[in-house]
Amino acid sequence: MTMTAPPGARAGSAALPRLLAGCAQQRVLGLAEHEREYGTLWLRGRSGQRRPDRLIDMVEAAGLTGRGGAGFPTGRKMRSVAGHGETVVVANGAEGEPASAKDRLLLTYLPHLVLDGITVAADAVGATEAHLCVHRGEHELIDGLATAVAERRHAGLDPVPIQVTGIPGRYVSSEQSSIVHYLNGGPGKPTFAPPRPHESGVRGRPTLVNNVETLAHVALIARHGDRWFRGAGLPSAPGSMLVTVDGAVQWPGVYEIELGTCAGEVVMLAGGPTEDLQALLIGGYFGAWLPVEVAWPVPMTQAGLRAVGGALGAGVVIALPGSSCGLAETARVVRYLAEQGAGQCGPCLMGLPALAGAIADLAFQGGRGRAVEAIAALLPLVEGRGACRHPDGATQLARSAVRAFIADARWHDQCGPCDGVCRAPLLPIPGDEEEDWNWT
Amino acid sequence: MSHQLRVNPIACNGHGVCAELLPEIIELDPWGYPILRSAKVPPALVMHARRAVATCPTLALLLERAQNRRP
Repeated sequence: MTMTAPPGARAGSAALPRLLAGCAQQRVLGLAEHEREYGTLWLRGRSGQRRPDRLIDMVEAAGLTGRGGAGFPTGRKMRSVAGHGETVVVANGAEGEPASAKDRLLLTYLPHLVLDGITVAADAVGATEAHLCVHRGEHELIDGLATAVAERRHAGLDPVPIQVTGIPGRYVSSEQSSIVHYLNGGPGKPTFAPPRPHESGVRGRPTLVNNVETLAHVALIARHGDRWFRGAGLPSAPGSMLVTVDGAVQWPGVYEIELGTCAGEVVMLAGGPTEDLQALLIGGYFGAWLPVEVAWPVPMTQAGLRAVGGALGAGVVIALPGSSCGLAETARVVRYLAEQGAGQCGPCLMGLPALAGAIADLAFQGGRGRAVEAIAALLPLVEGRGACRHPDGATQLARSAVRAFIADARWHDQCGPCDGVCRAPLLPIPGDEEEDWNWT
Repeated sequence: MSHQLRVNPIACNGHGVCAELLPEIIELDPWGYPILRSAKVPPALVMHARRAVATCPTLALLLERAQNRRP
């Protein structure tokens, strides 16, 4: 996956770029440059008099929602943690989604924006401990973040020291309960909820777990306020978001858009299609396939995508050309997701490989007219039956594939594989050499 | 006060005892893991539910007083 900010960090409108304003130079922004670009961050205002929880009011009024995939209101999450004594803030930068590159881009080029967000969030919720978690295999990234943290320590910027922690590099290890479990000395696997991290997280303390992009927005809200934040996006879905665009487009990469921008505009922002498109995968491997004529006018918001059976997820948009086989692409991803499970819950452990097998049969062998129904029968046996949402992401993707490619699926089922299965895979799947099989 | 059943899917190993003791509510999937037809336990079945909870070898079945939890 490329993670270049496109020329001049092109953004979709006049209100943008916001987060990516500092990306134009295509290099790491040091602390001095960062403050020049985004302005100085005053914890609790210039005079230092403001109540720390004033920030929570602002984040709530701004209507910021989590940018990691779940889309939960950030202000509400902060409020549920604040005021419960000594709390903990965890910034999730592990970006488990293989098709997403936005978090790595932020952490690589604009580390201080994320670190600002951690510091203001820690101040607002009364945290005495702050962690920034990334995959432990990303040595360069970890080194860069350590440099940024040291720079800030020197400048006396972070009252609560920020600990950069490498976590196991598996898909489910970036789930919030997995991260908390790992920071508590356990394996990086999801835990049974409740209690959820906001009730009892790191060392039993109420813990705020937020995606790093979410925290970067918090850093800007702390500077400019909630009305400024609402100056982009829709009244019902305010602000901007980062999207990762890939597939059959001219310039794959990370872009900043206003919420509510149509999916088609996002594709055009990336230079437009390079071939005729048949579908868009929106939301990544936790998202859904939408036929291109359905997807094109859909606004990029949680509600807009949910209305057509999609999901916003972590803001991934992948353009599938007409010459590719969507079923073969889906089969490879569901197989990958089945292997990536924590192996803890029976329905996921048994059901996902069965589902992956059924889709692979349909895609690569055809099904004597029974494969589509076999897939449909497996979905409810897997969905909603794990401790975390991992199996649900896989079923949502599988269900959307059968729906978006139904004509193709019927063809495969009755006549065998189409020509598209021979095309090189489009969706990125991390290779075995990148795999980190150790949980602890 | 109504009662609700919940399975801890991490603890459950698919012994299937619960489905034997509470077939009115619990059935097994093709791999032997429990599926709850409904989380709510009618008052008449609460004693049976308690017995299923107590008999689960991995203590993966939970009977809770119904309440609204925050997400």
